[in-house]
Amino acid sequence: MDMIGVLDLQGDVVEHIDHLERLGVNAVRVKEPSDFAHLTGLIIPGGESTCLARLLSILGIRDPILRQFQRGLKLWGTCAGAILLAKEIVGEPPVLALIDIEIQRNAFGSQLDSFVSEALVPLVAPQPIPLTFIRAPKITRAGTDVAVLLRQDDYIVAAESPDVLVTVFHPELTPSLAFHRYFALKCGLKPSVNEESSMIDPTWDSRSWTRYTRL
Amino acid sequence: MDKKRYELNVQLAQMLKGGVIMDVVNVEHAKIAEGAGAVAVMALERVPSDIRKEGGVARMSDPALIAQIKEAVSIPVMAKARIGHFVEAQILETLKIDYIDESEVLTPADEECHIDKNLFSIPFVCGARNLGEALRRIAEGAAMIRTKGEAGTGNVVEAVRHIRAVNREIRQLVNMPVEEVTPFAKENGFPYELALQVRQLGRLPVVNFAAGGIATPADAALMMQLGCDGVFVGSGIFKSENPAKRAEAIVKATAYYKDPSKILEASLGLGNAMPGIEISDIPENQILAKRGW
Repeated sequence: MDMIGVLDLQGDVVEHIDHLERLGVNAVRVKEPSDFAHLTGLIIPGGESTCLARLLSILGIRDPILRQFQRGLKLWGTCAGAILLAKEIVGEPPVLALIDIEIQRNAFGSQLDSFVSEALVPLVAPQPIPLTFIRAPKITRAGTDVAVLLRQDDYIVAAESPDVLVTVFHPELTPSLAFHRYFALKCGLKPSVNEESSMIDPTWDSRSWTRYTRL
Repeated sequence: MDKKRYELNVQLAQMLKGGVIMDVVNVEHAKIAEGAGAVAVMALERVPSDIRKEGGVARMSDPALIAQIKEAVSIPVMAKARIGHFVEAQILETLKIDYIDESEVLTPADEECHIDKNLFSIPFVCGARNLGEALRRIAEGAAMIRTKGEAGTGNVVEAVRHIRAVNREIRQLVNMPVEEVTPFAKENGFPYELALQVRQLGRLPVVNFAAGGIATPADAALMMQLGCDGVFVGSGIFKSENPAKRAEAIVKATAYYKDPSKILEASLGLGNAMPGIEISDIPENQILAKRGW
C-alpha cells in the first residue's frame, strides 16, 4: 500500500489528513512504531517543536523515523516539523537532523507577528500559492545539496533535498493543495490533481478540519 | 480585528491541539514546563489554589513577571486578564504576549459585560460552562474556548460537568429540525448564526480545551476522551510532589489519551498529586465558575 503518514503526537494533524484525502492519497495517522509499515512518506505537522521533540524521544518514535528514512521514506516538515528535521537549530541541539539547513525557532516574534501572504513557487505550482505563517521559524542557511524553493527578504521559507521537504508556513491551513501534491509526487504517488487544474480546492474552508472531530 | 487576523488566531489554537498548557509563576517553572513538553505556558503571579487560599482581589499579574517568562521560553505565552477588564487586555496586547485568557480565576472587573474581544488583534481564550457561554464568548471574538471547571481544587468534577453540558447541547442542536433552532437558541442565549454553524459542524467552530481541576494524567485523558482538543493544567503540576515528572506524564497521557496502556505507564510513581477540595465544601460565593455570564 502506498500511503502518506502524518505524525500524530500533537499539533495540526487532521488538517494535513484533510488535504491528502482531497488529493485522493491514502493518509494514515502515525502514533506507534508499528504504524510505519507501508509508508512512502511522512509529514511532521505544525505544533510546538519542543513538545514534539520530547514526545518523539519518550515514546520511542525517533528511531523508527531514522530507520525508515534510511530505507527511503520521504519526509516533509511544516513549521515545527521543519525545526525537527533541521541539521542545525539556532541555540539548541538538533532533533532528527535530516536536512542540511539552519533554522531559527519563532523568528518573527509573538502571535501578533503571524501573517498571511502569497507567492509564486514555480517548481510547485504555476499559480501563486497562499502562505500562512504562525509564530514561524526562519531558515537562515541551506547546505549545498539543498534546493531553495522560496526565499523572502533575507531568509528561506521552503527548501528541499532529494528526500526531505521543509516549509516554515502551513499549506494545510489554506485552500491550496499545491504543496501536498508536490510532496505526494516526491513520494512517487499519483495525486488526483494535475498541473493544469487549479490547485485551489473551492470546497475547502477554514473549518474543514472540524469534520474529523465531530462529536 | 479583521477576519484574516481572527483566522490566524483560531489557527494558532489549532497548533496547540493535543497539547498541555501549564500555569507557571516564575522563570524556573516556565523552563520545567517547556522541558516537559508543554505547548504553551500561562504566566501568572499565583496559581489558582493560592488565589483561592489567600482571597482578596485577584488582578492581572505584574507585566514585568510576564515579560521575564516570555523571555525565558520559546513556546507561546498566555496571561490572564480580569473578566471585562479591557485595559488589562490592552496592556497584555501591548506587551505582545501570544494569547489572553479572560479568566474567572481573577476577580471580575465587570459583572455585566465581557471584553469586546473583536476590538483586539491579540487572540483570547475564554471559559464556558455550557454551549451558550461558549458561543457568546465566540461572538465577542474569542478564538479558543475552555471549560471553566473549578480552578484550584484539583477536582475534575466541574470540568466534566461543563464539557458534558456543552456536548449535550451540541448533540441536541445537531439532531433538531432547523425551525427548532430559533426557540432553542433564544432559550439558551445562543447567538443564532453560531448555533447554525455548530449544528452544521457538530462541534464548536474553534478549539476547545479542558481546564479547571485537572491534576492527574488520567484526568487529562478523561477530558480528552470526552472530546476536548487539549488540556490546561493550573495548580495541578506545581502544587504536586514531583512537578517535572507529573508535567511530562500529563503531556504523554494527553497525546495518547485513547491508549490505556500508555496512560497507565504515565501514571506510575508520580508521587502525591495536589491535595484536592470537595466542591460542596467551598462556600457558594467562592465558586469561581459562576463568574462570567
